[in-house]
Amino acid sequence: MNVPENLKYTHSDEWLAIDGNVATLGVTDYAQDQLSDIVFVEITVDKGDSIKKLTHVATIESVKAAADVNSPISGKITEVNESLSNNPELVNNEPFGKAWMIKLEIADQAELSSLMDAKAYAEYCSTRGH
Amino acid sequence: MTEPTIYELSSPGRTGVRFPEPDVPLTHLPQSLMREQLPLPELSEMDVIRHFTHLSSLNYCIDGGLYPLGSCTMKYNPKINEETARLEGFAYTHPLQPEVTIQGNLALMYDLQETLKEVAGFAAVTLQPAAGAQGEFTGVMIIRDYHRSRGDAKRTKILIPDSAHGTNPATSAMSGFEVVALPSDARGNVDLAKLREVCDDTVAGLMLTNPNTLGIFDENVVEVINIVHQAGGLVYGDGANLNALLGIVRPGDLGIDIMHFNLHKTFSTPHGGGGPGSGPVGVAAHLADFLPTPLVGILEKATADLPPLYGFIKPPKSIGRVKSFFGQFGMFVRAYTYIRMHGPEGLRKVSEYAVLNANYLLAKLGDAYHLPYKRTCMHEFVVEGCWPDIPDVHALDIAKRLMDYKFHPPTNYFPLIVHEALMVEPTETESKQSLDAFAEALLAIAKEARETPELLKEAPHDTPIGRLDEVKAAKELVLCCWLPEEN
Repeated sequence: MNVPENLKYTHSDEWLAIDGNVATLGVTDYAQDQLSDIVFVEITVDKGDSIKKLTHVATIESVKAAADVNSPISGKITEVNESLSNNPELVNNEPFGKAWMIKLEIADQAELSSLMDAKAYAEYCSTRGH
Repeated sequence: MTEPTIYELSSPGRTGVRFPEPDVPLTHLPQSLMREQLPLPELSEMDVIRHFTHLSSLNYCIDGGLYPLGSCTMKYNPKINEETARLEGFAYTHPLQPEVTIQGNLALMYDLQETLKEVAGFAAVTLQPAAGAQGEFTGVMIIRDYHRSRGDAKRTKILIPDSAHGTNPATSAMSGFEVVALPSDARGNVDLAKLREVCDDTVAGLMLTNPNTLGIFDENVVEVINIVHQAGGLVYGDGANLNALLGIVRPGDLGIDIMHFNLHKTFSTPHGGGGPGSGPVGVAAHLADFLPTPLVGILEKATADLPPLYGFIKPPKSIGRVKSFFGQFGMFVRAYTYIRMHGPEGLRKVSEYAVLNANYLLAKLGDAYHLPYKRTCMHEFVVEGCWPDIPDVHALDIAKRLMDYKFHPPTNYFPLIVHEALMVEPTETESKQSLDAFAEALLAIAKEARETPELLKEAPHDTPIGRLDEVKAAKELVLCCWLPEEN
């Protein structure tokens, strides 16, 4: 299982890449592996939306289950990844790359403090089944 | 070998019906309504009968074998239900007939309402909802109107434990509520601390599935209900798992305000392709005025000489109609037959045997399959369909392999809170021999998973069609053999 060092993680398997005041959000390798083949991705927010912490930003559907993706931080959406709706398999193939979901301007840097680093997230995953 | 589609069997000019010469004057349709092409298949009657008879023989059904689909209560449907539903007085009535001419139907509906009230401990019951999910919708609309009628507009949230049926959050969202998920505690019960934390004056209600989708009875159910009530919310009970409780616990006595019944689960009416569902809803006294209209009531009491006069009544604060006419009447006849055939003691035995059968199976499988919540189960249980030492084998592979052993697979990948879930509900109607055969198949598969895992990965082998490409099926939604030409 791939857990890139430079990212922040949530207990619900989202990752955040922080670049100054901008955060990029996606779901982790662990999440895509658990969901198995992903057949549908819908981003449920638009560019320009201001969202609060825990806003539902995307729905992912696999042959096994549907899952919500929530933003762990508040902010203003600056970009959404339009390519995922036609290429949902990107989430399986490149969860940390081309399958990013949204970018947002971070409203409150303090909200980042509740996120896990790579080491803590890898440990967390190792306690959750196999 | 796969059966060709009926279009592939078509032979130009072949017909099954010869129309008689018209005996009324011909009317010509406007040209704009005429079309040149309608590529319906051309076959003889025998071609059609053989095609569909063959297809039906490929189908798995409860009359053919055990159907352990967790949370669905695929119990055997006694054939006497079909006899009573076909009695002429029931089968040949029409919902637009005057009420005085359908007194027998109304008497049966009234008695069924009364019986369901008694079974589950409610003050009033509507038979109208078409199935379980519509019953939930009815219940949540009642919750909404109840709060509105009290001028309480700030209740916008419905709480739903993560062990609830998947329809619960869908129902709440569809009814305009915000869904708040509640975690389970280490024993699979609702997490009371979290429940207390989120219960405030914005909570309209909680939807509780008990036994929950882990097949576990929430030991703190009374406490859960009290916490919600103290915050001013109502408690909806998902009655899909009522098969574990008949004659033992009445949800209304626990304090549940509203609950739907699934006649097509608990009360043995056909489930799935065999017929429509039916989802009556029961409510406590303070919600009786909100039930959908119409209900069946007694308009004139019985006298020494005459039976009562039944008719339709409208509850004063009714949420309105949720279904055309009066619900699935044929299902009421079947469910009523089932209830009267069993009587109170018989219904209690139904649940006792449903729970015993599930625990018997669990005891046989418990060493080979991991049980995440180690408790006595109710009418169903959930195990993990995977083993740490064989990471390549998944619940789906076990489910597919079971088909080679001639069993319908259990529900899989639900509930979501169990890793690689397999949810097994044998129902009370299976014998010890049948349960043993099913357990042996699952034990054999657990052994195969270690010794010959490819048998699982490539299963099913003995079905007309092998492993389906689920990704392709979900992505390429082509459901038509032909498409009408664009104008």
